[in-house]
Amino acid sequence: MNARNLAIAFAVSVALVLQTTVFSRLTVEGVGPDLVLLVVAAVALRHGSQVGLATGFVAGLLLDLAPPADHVAGRWALALLVVGYVAGRLTSTGEPRPVQWLGAAAASSFVGTSVFALSGIVLSDPAVATGELLRTSAVALGYDVVLALAVVPLTLALLERVEPDRVRVLGLSRP
Amino acid sequence: MSDRLNRRGSLEPHDPRRPRRSLVTALVLTSLALMAVDQVAGADGSSPVDPLRRAVGEVYGPVENAATTVVDPVAALPSWVRSRREMAADLASARSEADQLRAQLASDDYDRNRLQEYDDLTATAESLGYALVPARVTAMGSAQSFSRTVTIDAGARAGLAPDMTVVNGQGLVGRVLRVSATTATVLLVTDADSTVGGRVGSSMKVGFLHGRGDLGDGSRLDLELVDQTYVPKAGEPVVTWGSQDGAPYVSGVPIGTVESVYSSLRETTQRAVITPYVDFSALDQVGVVVPSGTTSDRAVIEVDGSLR
Repeated sequence: MNARNLAIAFAVSVALVLQTTVFSRLTVEGVGPDLVLLVVAAVALRHGSQVGLATGFVAGLLLDLAPPADHVAGRWALALLVVGYVAGRLTSTGEPRPVQWLGAAAASSFVGTSVFALSGIVLSDPAVATGELLRTSAVALGYDVVLALAVVPLTLALLERVEPDRVRVLGLSRP
Repeated sequence: MSDRLNRRGSLEPHDPRRPRRSLVTALVLTSLALMAVDQVAGADGSSPVDPLRRAVGEVYGPVENAATTVVDPVAALPSWVRSRREMAADLASARSEADQLRAQLASDDYDRNRLQEYDDLTATAESLGYALVPARVTAMGSAQSFSRTVTIDAGARAGLAPDMTVVNGQGLVGRVLRVSATTATVLLVTDADSTVGGRVGSSMKVGFLHGRGDLGDGSRLDLELVDQTYVPKAGEPVVTWGSQDGAPYVSGVPIGTVESVYSSLRETTQRAVITPYVDFSALDQVGVVVPSGTTSDRAVIEVDGSLR
């Protein structure tokens, strides 16, 4: 495992623990922020959709299995790998501007919670009314965008620190 | 594989930032397979994914416990001490409620024959005895996951096992779903998948309480009574009905009060809306009902209210 993967694993773990402990007490109408989703989006923005996809899958799997999760395993894995893929395709440089990553975070939150909710409807796990679902997704989107202001720059800074951009160091321009 | 021909026939280098199609397919299929395995096997309550959940719980559970301890170290100590008294008080209140029920039964001629039966049951319950293992809620699932579960900082080492009843100072909280060495996952009664056998206090009528999946101050439970001719009154207390060997719910734990009743002509059933005593948005100290004399890594509140 190289430094980059270690850094990603570290960021995902911290986000997972914070999401289930600290931020589960700081909820808005019961909805907490999706920190893990934001970390996946940030990793994908920095390293592209190949790494984003793999990170999303592993992070989602942890979210599915770590207590207190009780939904059908694999739902967050699928949702976050889609997030990783989509966020990775949104920028091509690896150095997203603030407008870009805020937009990417909002899109990621929408895509992630939607895929998760849809998989829940397909599996009817658990039976939740559509109105409740939409309301929750809307609140989550708002909360995620606010938290993205802190989470995405922190993750990008961590990734930049462990692996400075080789292309920029060599003085080449990216396609 | 890394380079491929485009539509115009020229060679295109593979963009390292783009995922290979094989990786996308493999990961998507893995997710879907995992869902299928977990969903299908979920019918009888156990799943091949459970060992994985347990393994991840062993790693992240203690970290979650530690994080919670670090986050509010000041709040932890006083509430720890206070909650023990609260749980003892809860036990006392549950007993007084049982006494009350017995008194009401005695005054009712129609149910006199059932009194003896109930007396026997009470005697059995007292000889079985309920002891409580105190625990703190360390992690909660957010509303986006649409399931109402929490993690508590007591596990197999504290004497916990799946299908144990979880209460707090106000009333019934839920039941233990699974345990790791130091943590346990608790399904709250407000979860949409949760069903609890309930008994309307004043009439002893039994029914089933279903969670709605919502939470916060507005969380409600739906009570569906077995006797469809009986209309419960607003304000009547509802307690657990209990099941064999006290798993997953022991009997006589207060759940909530009847808020309103509505009858459905189409379904020809009476449904009552129950306001739970417990505030599920502010869960902290809970107690897990264990058999008296359980060996535990922490102090256990015994049947008579003493600490052991």
